[in-house]
Amino acid sequence: MSDDVAIRFHHVSKQYHVGSPVSAGFKNLLLHLPSQIKAIRLRKPFCALRDVSFEVRRGECLGVIGSNGAGKSTTLGLIAGVLRPSSGTVEAFGRICPLLELGAGFHNELNGRENIVLNGILLGLTRSEVMDRVQDIIAFSELEHFIDAPLRTYSSGMVARLGFSVAVHLNPNILLVDEALAVGDEAFQKKCLRRMQQFRDVRTTMVFVSHDMTSVAQISDRVALIEGGCLVEIGEPSGVIHSYRNRGRAA
Amino acid sequence: MKTALPASVSFNPRTLVYYRDLILVLLAKEFKVRYKSTFMGYAWSVMHPLVMALIFFTVFSVVMRFRIDAYALYLIAGLFPWQWLVNTANSANFYFLGNATLIKKVRFHRAMLVLAGVLNEAAHFVVSIPVIVGFMVYYGKAPQLDWLWALPALALVQLALTCGVGLVIATSNLFFRDLERLVTLLAHVLFYLTPIMYPADKVPAEFTWVFYANPFASIVLCWQGLFYHGEIPAVYFGVALTWALGWLACGLLVYSKNVWRFAEIV
Repeated sequence: MSDDVAIRFHHVSKQYHVGSPVSAGFKNLLLHLPSQIKAIRLRKPFCALRDVSFEVRRGECLGVIGSNGAGKSTTLGLIAGVLRPSSGTVEAFGRICPLLELGAGFHNELNGRENIVLNGILLGLTRSEVMDRVQDIIAFSELEHFIDAPLRTYSSGMVARLGFSVAVHLNPNILLVDEALAVGDEAFQKKCLRRMQQFRDVRTTMVFVSHDMTSVAQISDRVALIEGGCLVEIGEPSGVIHSYRNRGRAA
Repeated sequence: MKTALPASVSFNPRTLVYYRDLILVLLAKEFKVRYKSTFMGYAWSVMHPLVMALIFFTVFSVVMRFRIDAYALYLIAGLFPWQWLVNTANSANFYFLGNATLIKKVRFHRAMLVLAGVLNEAAHFVVSIPVIVGFMVYYGKAPQLDWLWALPALALVQLALTCGVGLVIATSNLFFRDLERLVTLLAHVLFYLTPIMYPADKVPAEFTWVFYANPFASIVLCWQGLFYHGEIPAVYFGVALTWALGWLACGLLVYSKNVWRFAEIV
């Protein structure tokens, strides 16, 4: 039973300290020391997630929807293991690969090929593991003609292609997608969606955060609706999307 | 597996290979970017200390007529190691801040960003050693056999020192975003509190405690010992080692206490 679960949230809460006074800088802290110390002691934590529990099965695609600031990215951060829950436990099994924002983990002055290696290693592969995949990655990105040109000469759509191509060739067990498909032309978006379908066939777990209800409905097996840090509803896509739309209308 | 830090290293062979590759690829990135046109890249990285040496030489030797034996070599022997220190301190501000998206999304050993940056600055020092040797030869001195152990020893001490300082600055700058200015200012003050343009033995005895108290002075004095005097002062080597280990311990502490908050605040 348990090896059928890819991600498990068990009563997870996450709090942040917002508006931390020190972020205004060192000078500010020193110049207003007494009031700043008071502010630090009195600051109220902001609750980004409260008591969230759910499980994602292996090979399942979970769509996550909710308005801005609802806690979607916090959820992804907890799965990726870059955030630690304030209480509760998060478990995620296998290699996790986040699909990065445009150009993150790339360098403008390096060429496409060098960037593939850089990005692949940053995402957790060894150099030889990346080298085994380089040809496939280049072929998938359809950027053969530009692959030895520096990245700064690429259009943003081309950078997105390269990023997506690297990520999908890492054979992750869990793929985290945070609104990354918005760039790229229609043909490439279709290709990405097809690729994500293939991921499902090989039982790759996906967590897909998006505001584009059409693609959420298309890809997800289940959808989680998060509002104000609470898991409002989780279940069959059309039902959850429907109640999300209704909430929007009511508000 | 969730209890492991994003800072954790489990010692299986693949992990070791992975971290070696990570460091190498980060280093290669910096080098490719900086040395894109190979010769000019090299010229730029030795230009700054050379121009500073030229200025001090003109002011103190030509204009003020201070008599210091082989003054140009003396300046070079202090300025190049100093440049390594101060470049690390300044660029450390952005080791984490400049990789915000990665820190927010990808789980990897964040200290590697610091290590890669520190090694990068060290590499720039290493490639500038021939310039120092050139000045030595001009003044009729030559590298000695003891360089074989002395050079790596000093380099390791300075590496530990810069790692510690780098970790402290890189971490603190996430919390205090204006740290960069403070670092620049402090580096300036420390520069004049280090015997680089003036000889240490001209300083009255009641002020020499400054060279012990200044965390960067003792290691610079050791480098001058190696390149200029031909002998490393044992006391300053001990002090330099102490400072280096102290900073390293402090850096690791500051880093590991805060590493879990990086993704929240970056």
